[in-house]
Amino acid sequence: MSAAAQMALAANSRRSRMLEVLRATLLKDLRLEWRSKDAINSMLFFALLVVVVFSFSFDPTAEESRRIAGGLIWVSFLFAAVVALNQTWARELRNQVLDAYRISPAPANALFLAKAIGNFLFVGVLEAIMAPLFMVFYNLRPIGPAWELAVVAALATWALVVNGTFFAAISIRTRSREVMLPLILFPISIPALYAMVSATTAILAGDASPDYWLKLLGVYDVVFTTACLLLFETVLHAE
Amino acid sequence: MSELSQLSAAMANPSATIPQVALSGVSRYFGRFAALRSITASFPAARIYAVVGENGAGKSTLLRILAGLVPASRGTVAWFGADNLSLVRERISYMAHASLLYDELDAMENLRYFAGLYGIREDRVCEDAMRLVGLDAALKRQVGQYSQGMRQRLSLARAILHQPELLLLDEPFSNVDASSAHAMVRLLGQMRDQGRTVLVVTHQPALLAGMADEFVRMAEGRIVARTAGLSEPLPAFPAAHEVMR
Repeated sequence: MSAAAQMALAANSRRSRMLEVLRATLLKDLRLEWRSKDAINSMLFFALLVVVVFSFSFDPTAEESRRIAGGLIWVSFLFAAVVALNQTWARELRNQVLDAYRISPAPANALFLAKAIGNFLFVGVLEAIMAPLFMVFYNLRPIGPAWELAVVAALATWALVVNGTFFAAISIRTRSREVMLPLILFPISIPALYAMVSATTAILAGDASPDYWLKLLGVYDVVFTTACLLLFETVLHAE
Repeated sequence: MSELSQLSAAMANPSATIPQVALSGVSRYFGRFAALRSITASFPAARIYAVVGENGAGKSTLLRILAGLVPASRGTVAWFGADNLSLVRERISYMAHASLLYDELDAMENLRYFAGLYGIREDRVCEDAMRLVGLDAALKRQVGQYSQGMRQRLSLARAILHQPELLLLDEPFSNVDASSAHAMVRLLGQMRDQGRTVLVVTHQPALLAGMADEFVRMAEGRIVARTAGLSEPLPAFPAAHEVMR
């Protein structure tokens, strides 16, 4: 067998190993969450609180709602997501289980991607439950193409969770990690936040195309996913 | 261990002739506190080393450095003759004070997950590991509901799943009843006879008295003695005035 063929074979085996560990870690996290419901309960409670409190605080017209709802929706999802992001690594610290991963030959990126995808699913479930409530409480009806809201949600949620998972991993060894995560995460998420709020508002109000903001979100996702994947191994093995 | 069994172990495992792990001038500082002070030592293969010493002597730090969980502040470590740990990770295992297990999963779910990290897919491997430590693979209880002793045994099962050549065990006998502890010691003896190297940090060295090949005594971050047997009793608690001083 030629050297090139051997290298291709080794790369293939590394890729399949990575997918295998990713799948096992994701299934394990989903099972843990299904049994404990730590993240989903606290996220739902928090997001519900935001919806109810804001709806009591002011009584906007349908027109006003369309203009402010983008900001409201994403602020509530962002804060709720932080709860899930903190939980992600907290359960790996109980009984020092993360050490068992660190000493194994399993690829670090498989762990990172499994965690990010898990958080994406948890926040996605939260959004699916909360979106209809937002519509009802704020009397919202999108004027622009509604299907684009799903695209914004997918891109924006990934932007939140990919950075959130990474920075939560950095902050787990700090003494006040619950405070540390938002302190690091929010500033770096400003471009994505601005894009997701603008895109949502554009679709709800129907007065502008969200294409520019969708492209910005797409680029943000690609750049930060790549950066996180490149740096995660160092973060995982840092002491 | 007899010369004959050492020879058969060396034949079974060609790497037995070079040290499984060697430290050269290894120090570890936590802030200004030196947990390890310039340790130079090598641990040849197919032997059981009992690492003993008082609390704070640096035993656990030594094990964490050997496991690659903590980098040395100074000095170098070589595993199986190489200094790149990422190439030899699957040949090493580590059992810590904490269980390194998920409380919300049952034993088989835990072992299946950790076996997957080493590319092991067969349930039979996990079942065998559980049987070796005296646990029932059919037990469906979540690990959070296990007694401390059962957790320790499951933790050992996790550590031996992938048949490592170098086992680093930190207090494996704590909270384990006497008969289970003796069974664990016998299991370690069998692993040694298969050519594996075992480093056990313990506060119960008497348990290993008939089994360990070497007792490595540590004090104040240094290895102060390496003896074939537990030649001298471990010191009693220091007097109150010494602690105060």
